Amino acid sequence: MTVENVLSQFRATGVQTCFHDRHINPQIYAGLNGNNWRLKDYEARGGYQALRKILGKDGGEGLTQDQVIATVKESSLRGRGGAGFPTGLKWSFMPRQFPGQKYLVCNSDEGEPGTCKDRDILQFNPHIVIEGMAIAAYAMGITVGYNYIHGEIFSAYERFEEALEEARAAGYLGNAVMGSGFNFQLHAAHGFGAYICGEETALLESLEGKKGQPRFKPPFPASFGLYGKPTTINNTETFAAVPWIIRNGGQAYLECGKPNNGGTKIYSISGDVERPGNYEIPMGTPFAKLLELAGGVRGGKALKAVIPGGSSSPVLPASIMMECTMDYDSIAKAGSMLGSGAVIVMDETRCMVTALQRLSYFYMHESCGQCTPCREGTGWLSRVVDRIVVGQGRPSDLALLDNVAENIMGRTICALGDAAAMPVRAMIKHFRPEFEYLVEHKTSMVAAHV
Amino acid sequence: MISDATKARFDREVAKYPADQKQSAVMACLAIVQQELGFVSADSEKVIAAHLGMAPMAVHEVTTFYNMYNQRPVGKFKLNVCTNLPCQLRDGQKALHHLEHKLGIHMGETTADGLFTLQQSECLGACADSPVMLVNDRSMCSFMSNEKLDQLVDGLRAAEGK
Repeated sequence: MTVENVLSQFRATGVQTCFHDRHINPQIYAGLNGNNWRLKDYEARGGYQALRKILGKDGGEGLTQDQVIATVKESSLRGRGGAGFPTGLKWSFMPRQFPGQKYLVCNSDEGEPGTCKDRDILQFNPHIVIEGMAIAAYAMGITVGYNYIHGEIFSAYERFEEALEEARAAGYLGNAVMGSGFNFQLHAAHGFGAYICGEETALLESLEGKKGQPRFKPPFPASFGLYGKPTTINNTETFAAVPWIIRNGGQAYLECGKPNNGGTKIYSISGDVERPGNYEIPMGTPFAKLLELAGGVRGGKALKAVIPGGSSSPVLPASIMMECTMDYDSIAKAGSMLGSGAVIVMDETRCMVTALQRLSYFYMHESCGQCTPCREGTGWLSRVVDRIVVGQGRPSDLALLDNVAENIMGRTICALGDAAAMPVRAMIKHFRPEFEYLVEHKTSMVAAHV
Repeated sequence: MISDATKARFDREVAKYPADQKQSAVMACLAIVQQELGFVSADSEKVIAAHLGMAPMAVHEVTTFYNMYNQRPVGKFKLNVCTNLPCQLRDGQKALHHLEHKLGIHMGETTADGLFTLQQSECLGACADSPVMLVNDRSMCSFMSNEKLDQLVDGLRAAEGK
């Protein structure tokens, strides 16, 4: 057997994560099977009809830039990368009349621990992202775009490049798209292992061929982005939602979810569930339903805690989480963030101090080093949690952790500092007795009682 | 020195960017060099710098900032096992330990026959497939139970005639 043959045996098929029948009214993942990612398959699913529609190539009159943006605003689509910023509003910030080059960037640098939804979109439905980007480019008068893809999912980058070739050959990209006056050149770029590049300005730096160190904001990318030009950056899933909205209308999309939280959302569930995977369900679906789709807590154990929106979002105890619905507003009200929709589930046997130890190490490892509070503070957090775990914690350590976290938050250029500090504070807030027990008894409370 | 085939791969990347922004291709060029030579040497950085009109130090800054560039030679197969929290909850750490035992090395080390380098890695973005690992930067291997890890290592050894 060749090396390639050996490796191919272990490649994910997507059956467990994407091609199951446990989505609810899916739009982005609808009808996918792993073999139907090509252009002709996408067209058979209604693909590129939205682009035809806005360009007036479906027999209609076409949509103006303002009409496209108004439709996206009406849909209440919010950024799927983590911040949840209203997409239509972001698009309206682009200075369309700016005379020079403007850029559109797709953030596919999916590295927030727990998140693996964009990977399945890029691998199994790449054209939906291309179409969404083309529509966005049209709406904002942009002629050049880049999709920056997480380096670790290299096959998704290669797949996206193949899809780009197909779209160019079919006239959906390039000069005079479908014979219209609209030009759009789209390219793929890849990262190579830096969590920080998921931060939009770090991503721009990386795309310019530099270290991925975030830029101070303002100026925001809408005025000073890639190569200093006006730039709009959206997440992969955000772009992927756009074609459906254009085809079916903003109101229809809004009605798929709940007010202020339109549409469907893809949740990546990992950790202690029977069926980890991606689940595309309407915004506002109860967490209990999502957990049920994922087969419930593994081994029939009791739910202990959930990190609802990727590792940076504050952990929530089971009692609070079971009352939440999966949308931006409900999770925010409960004291956390929907983030990227990465739901990390932990059962009753998990030690929260050990869980925090791994996360704190991660943030220390991935701090870009630019801001002192983050560079030094993430190291302090990691080392103090470490010593608590190994039984060398001191009674003053909880106050110390809180103090270090407090001194990171709000004092750094980008959100990585906050992302490192928030899990620490939330873990201590909700599971303080576990930390105190470990400091006092030099052994985990969970290990002692389960 | 740089072959015409490699140069063609570089130029394909350079063509994606504005003519005065060739530096944007540095990430891809470094990845290409690593794929062909196994690691990024100072000489390779100089070649890329010259090709893209950058200072060699500016290239080196990129090599050293991103986790996946190998700054020194590694084994024929670089195995990166994710141990971040979602994977830790589903045996990512166990997979790493199993490989340490199977290969007789600690993480960060290379086997004496030069075949395998074993590394712990941060989130690979495939959390629902845990345990997951990346082989030579480009091949993701999913649901890696101990049995599958053995198959992988034995299969790669056999493919290399060892």
